[in-house]
Amino acid sequence: MTRGSRKSWQYFGLGLAWFYLLLWPLLGIRDGELHFAATFAVWLRVAVGATICFVLYRLGKAGRLDGVLHPLAAARDAVGDAMSRAPRWMLLTPVIVFALAYPMLTNRYAQDVAINVLVYICLGLGLNVVVGLCGLLDLGYIAFYGVGAYTYALLSVHYSVPFWVCLPICAVFAAVAGCFIGYPTLRMRGDYLAIVTLGFGEIVRIVINNWMALTGGPNGILGIKSPGIYIPHFVDGSFSFEYLLLRKLEYLYYVILALAAFTIVAVHRINFSRIGRAFEAIREDETAAELMGVDTFRFKLLAYALGAVFGGLAGAFFAARMRFVSPESFTFIESAMVLAMVVLGGMGSIPGVILGALALVALPEAFREFELYRMLAFGGAMAVMMLVRPAGLWPAARMGKRSDDTE
Amino acid sequence: MDYFFQQLINGLTLGGVYALVALGYTMVYGIIQLINFAHGEIFAAGGYLGVILLSYMASQGLMDSHPWFGLAFALILAMGYCAMLAMAVEKVAYKPLRQSSRLSVLLSALGMSIFLQNGLMLTQGVYDKAYPTEFTHGGFEWLGVRVSYMQIGILAVTALLLVLLNTLVFKTRIGKAMRATAQDKVMSALVGIHSDKVISTTFAIGAALAAAAGIMVGLYYGSVRYDMGFVPGIKAFAAAVLGGIGNITGAMIGGLIIGMVEILAAAYIPAGGEYKDVFAFVILIGVLYFMPTGIMGENVDDTRV
Amino acid sequence: MAAILELEGVCAHYGRIQALRDVSLRVEEGEVVTIIGANGAGKSTTLMTICGIVRATAGEVRYAGESIRDKRPDQLPALGLCQVPEGRRIFPRLTVQENLDMGAFLRRDADEIEADLGMVFRLFPVLHERRKQHGGTLSGGEQQMLAIARALMGRPRMLLLDEPSLGLSPMISQHIFRIIRNVNEERGMTVLLVEQNANMALKLADRAYVMETGAVVMEDDAAALRENADIKKAYLGQ
Repeated sequence: MTRGSRKSWQYFGLGLAWFYLLLWPLLGIRDGELHFAATFAVWLRVAVGATICFVLYRLGKAGRLDGVLHPLAAARDAVGDAMSRAPRWMLLTPVIVFALAYPMLTNRYAQDVAINVLVYICLGLGLNVVVGLCGLLDLGYIAFYGVGAYTYALLSVHYSVPFWVCLPICAVFAAVAGCFIGYPTLRMRGDYLAIVTLGFGEIVRIVINNWMALTGGPNGILGIKSPGIYIPHFVDGSFSFEYLLLRKLEYLYYVILALAAFTIVAVHRINFSRIGRAFEAIREDETAAELMGVDTFRFKLLAYALGAVFGGLAGAFFAARMRFVSPESFTFIESAMVLAMVVLGGMGSIPGVILGALALVALPEAFREFELYRMLAFGGAMAVMMLVRPAGLWPAARMGKRSDDTE
Repeated sequence: MDYFFQQLINGLTLGGVYALVALGYTMVYGIIQLINFAHGEIFAAGGYLGVILLSYMASQGLMDSHPWFGLAFALILAMGYCAMLAMAVEKVAYKPLRQSSRLSVLLSALGMSIFLQNGLMLTQGVYDKAYPTEFTHGGFEWLGVRVSYMQIGILAVTALLLVLLNTLVFKTRIGKAMRATAQDKVMSALVGIHSDKVISTTFAIGAALAAAAGIMVGLYYGSVRYDMGFVPGIKAFAAAVLGGIGNITGAMIGGLIIGMVEILAAAYIPAGGEYKDVFAFVILIGVLYFMPTGIMGENVDDTRV
Repeated sequence: MAAILELEGVCAHYGRIQALRDVSLRVEEGEVVTIIGANGAGKSTTLMTICGIVRATAGEVRYAGESIRDKRPDQLPALGLCQVPEGRRIFPRLTVQENLDMGAFLRRDADEIEADLGMVFRLFPVLHERRKQHGGTLSGGEQQMLAIARALMGRPRMLLLDEPSLGLSPMISQHIFRIIRNVNEERGMTVLLVEQNANMALKLADRAYVMETGAVVMEDDAAALRENADIKKAYLGQ
């Protein structure tokens, strides 16, 4: 055992002792008595888990696991290499076929999860325009989702406007909200922007929660209509259209699949357009971008509005699918969740964000019995990811360091 | 007029609490340019420690014989506990990221905030936990304004802590080291300051103040909840920004302003009660729009942000 | 005489770029040694590597016979190794007095600190006038004096100086160089000086090293280098 490793074991032991001290008052002082056994049981489990991780980490660092890790890394590289060489249609076709066939292969529950994933993909990609492309940290993104959802809910309930007509209206409303929020805030610098957008997100939620006359307050809005389509109908040689409400989960799945596909294509197009380059220039170095003739304020506002559009679309679908909206769905934790998808997946990278949405929505479903610990694990995972893979699971190809990161 | 003074004293109490929490944000931001999202949770943990310790002491009969001693004891223990907690959070989630991009650290902080909030929920339950109230009764009327002893106590403790902190930061060796580290980490290393230790200390001090604020809020409102840290946390951050982030005096004044505005707006603006949480944000946005460096001027080099 | 500072085959990198290649140099106790060279030759990096702010990727750094390669920067002032870094790095929002106090941060001998304070105020009377002012409000020359005074407050056995003449008028530079010489002679303080102004540096120093693109290319007595034809052409503008 080298000196360095002994020292790190000392720190590790100290950390565990520290953790016990922090845990005990929360678990051990109850009902006027001091308990030690319960705390110890919890602590022991954590300690064993942590020790295993730590041993693996030390072994990996000392090179003892190279026998396992090297082949794995080689395999990963080989797969990545093959994928980058294969033509794009060869990769996309199976994915598209699988996505289209999905409802026929699975049950209601799995479709439900898939719909959730797709909604979050739309949200994640929308936020990706703001955070990933333009480098503006937005902690109140869910407000646009809420604007979209409530726009459709109100139009549907009060004026029974059909879903497809509402969709563009929701997008416009969200974009307007984006400009409205963006206009006073976008002159601010990074960290301030984060806290102000957080503030705006909360303002939107509080207003929705308290404006009883319009939004029904905490009770929400009931009786929202599902999307409908006209189906050509032939009876006895006469031809007519029949209006069909898409209530079945499979149909809704296809609706959100279409929306997600639209979002993916749109974000992809933005990413590689002149506008996308301007966004990235702003992200990398705002001053330089401005000196090159990019109207940074206008482009930042545009990024904000574009991001809001996708949020609004996803919101409209959410309202149509649940047929009920309430302020509870638009809390800060949802914003954090969407942001986490973008960052865990890889900022600015479309496949990354999709992967992030899959990981954060679908994975917890696999561990349903640990439902209680879901958010705990989510928070912890977020911190750990920043340590081990800050660039995300699938980093974007073009991604520099923001100039104001360096001190 | 009586009503106004009544609200004024309520606002002062609340503002003092915001000021205590805001100090933690502003000190940490001043030294490592991080919005420490987990700070609101530290505040909540302080509130919980208070209820745990006070309930235990009440069950042992200590609160009947020596209520003020018991309170002070709980306060000090909770402050120590939260200092330890914040140091642990810093070591685990922020220190390894010192060289990373600021977004990474910010997200790590966000993750820690969610982690701690849920940790509190899992260990302490989802429901409100009530503070023992036997000893919080009593008060007096003065010129038609009702002031409880609790309020006096809160104001006194807040004032004491603010004075202590000011002395610590501006008069002592460690305070000087903190300010030097905030201004130039490389140079402070070259004169022999171990910046990791200073940063740890900063976290600990900020957390101790937040813990005191947590207990006082618990006593004032009579209960605590696992998610009680979020909204006051943002408001306190708003207060820190209002006063010019990194500026210690500014954070104190900003906290008082936010607390006052919230109480007065709730009292005088129709439907202000429902929207009281909005005012802090509106002030924040207004100030940042018109005075980007806060009312007291910012204490962070422009080149660094 | 024993070497107080010794670098042996030191390499350093910024990311993938190698900034120092196999740098070896030694400074004897009581000497004034200078490193001259063009912009980007690695002079400042050498000082930063000695102080541990830039980590040496290879080689050995010895101070007073002891390896300091793995020491943290903040452990060095206690050993009597103080640096006046590039760009002065005054604490802008501490007063002049507080800046000087920071220089003596690790010392606990209050009486001696008081005496040293008197000494630096005698060397730089202007600092005494401005002692209540914030460091950021001083002029460039005053800041340079403050930076040197702050380093002297640590009572160093060896002083590392990075470009003390940068951005200063010739008169103020000369004043500062005289003080460096004085301190060296009166207190026996060893000085390692990095300078672009080779002319002044070579007049002040006993010995000199010339650096180019991260490596030491020449070393000699300062007087001899002043007469060297190549040096004259490249660095002295003659």
